[in-house]
Amino acid sequence: MTERIANSEQRTTGAIDVADFSFSYGPRQILNNVSFSMPSKAVTAIIGPSGCGKSTFLRSINRLNDLIPETKHAGDILVDGRSVYTRGIDLVALRLGVGMVFQRANPFPKTIYENVAYGPTLNRLVAPRDLPATVERCLKQAALWDEVKDRLDTPATGLSGGQQQRLCIARALANDPKVLLMDEPCSALDPIATQRVEELIVQLKASYTIVIVTHNMQQAARVSDVTGFFDRGELIEFGPTEQIFTAPSKERTEAYITGRFG
Amino acid sequence: MRKEFRRWKSRVMVALLVVATVLAVAPLVLILGTLIVKGAGSIDLGFFTRLPVPAGESGGGVAHAIVGTLLIVGAGCLIGLPIGIGAGIFAAEWPGSIVAKTTRFIADVLNGTPSIVVGVFAWTWIVARQKHFSGLAGSAALAVIMIPMVMRTTEEMVKLVPHSLREAALALGYSRWRTSLGIVVRTCLPGIVTGSLLAVARVAGETAPLLFTALGSQYMSRDLQQPMAALPLVVFTYASGPYDDWHRLAWATALVLIIVVFVLSLAARIATRRRFDAPR
Repeated sequence: MTERIANSEQRTTGAIDVADFSFSYGPRQILNNVSFSMPSKAVTAIIGPSGCGKSTFLRSINRLNDLIPETKHAGDILVDGRSVYTRGIDLVALRLGVGMVFQRANPFPKTIYENVAYGPTLNRLVAPRDLPATVERCLKQAALWDEVKDRLDTPATGLSGGQQQRLCIARALANDPKVLLMDEPCSALDPIATQRVEELIVQLKASYTIVIVTHNMQQAARVSDVTGFFDRGELIEFGPTEQIFTAPSKERTEAYITGRFG
Repeated sequence: MRKEFRRWKSRVMVALLVVATVLAVAPLVLILGTLIVKGAGSIDLGFFTRLPVPAGESGGGVAHAIVGTLLIVGAGCLIGLPIGIGAGIFAAEWPGSIVAKTTRFIADVLNGTPSIVVGVFAWTWIVARQKHFSGLAGSAALAVIMIPMVMRTTEEMVKLVPHSLREAALALGYSRWRTSLGIVVRTCLPGIVTGSLLAVARVAGETAPLLFTALGSQYMSRDLQQPMAALPLVVFTYASGPYDDWHRLAWATALVLIIVVFVLSLAARIATRRRFDAPR
């Protein structure tokens, strides 16, 4: 595992670089001087107790926090070497390259087909005649195709929770992003659906840089290559998953992982 | 003993609520009943197709007022609905902006403004300047009444759309306005339609703003630049006139007006019943 990280570091500095990043909602400081690099085409897990700022951090990468009034940030986040916080950056282009899957499946109240086709159609990523093939590819990638291929024109809201979540993954993949952000994607799923999504994550990392926020430490250990531990808005420790879970260097990391707090 | 008392108290409370409900519904039933008894007899085909006859002669219809109401309310919708819906979407999507806050406040004040004030306003700005009454001035007055109602209902409907849906669209690379119109508004469209229909139903029965603007007319007029008849104006004129035949027509017209409002409200109900399935 460590070997692979070393290799990927030789290839590139990492798809996402975080430099002294701080973030606050009004007077509340959420993130404090966070700095680390997430390797490309690997899974980075972000763990930490509730309210430690992991979701805020994830949503800073595609600037979804912009919706909230009175936020302030300092420092920078670079995706593929380009700053996300430069003035005048094209947010649409940024979010096309950085897909996101949310904690609760949030399909549009449209058909299954439309849900997947909407991103590429709107952003003119594929020619209209190639659209069915793209939808099929993404649904296959998300391991949903066999379950829905006969009812693509039925409402997406009629799917089960686990299927909806995989549909949301397919929808994100349809934009052909480089980075996939996942905010506790399995927290509302049963164990079987969770297992399917986890298998999917492991498959997808061959082509995508994946950042996953999770409360489930077994999950972090199972799917990730590197892990960052956040507590009270600070990055306490960051390193290869194996090392974080077997020989953490900080006492707070060990306490959290062994279940003594959080 | 104590249990007995509680049970007794509960029965009294339920009884009081039933009485209140009956009292609330009673006027509606009485109005409908009176209208049907006094008006239904005068409604025949001629009522809908014929024009008024000179006073003293019997018969005649209110075709001119039906056409007038359709034209005035229709033009009012064309002016009022786009502005009201647009302002509502803006106020819901940018709730913190000064424009939204100011507009919301003004809309609340306007919502509580008596419609006769709106009529005087339209008279001052349109009728007095053009130096003649017109159906279009009536449409403008009705639009002013509709805008704040439509704006506030639209805003409430847009706010009901789960935030997660908005985030999903933005995260997929939708721009802000496309997210608003393509996802959020489409999701709550039935609600917006309902709000609009209720506003239409409400202004269709407005009399005071039309007295100063459309004025009313005894003739068929399809020109919005001219004075125009409308159903509420016919009720007003005929009910306060001296002839029995006029009174008969006023009752029938009032019945038709109530049926129009009833049908619009019913349509609004049916439109909302088809709620979208919120994502689980």
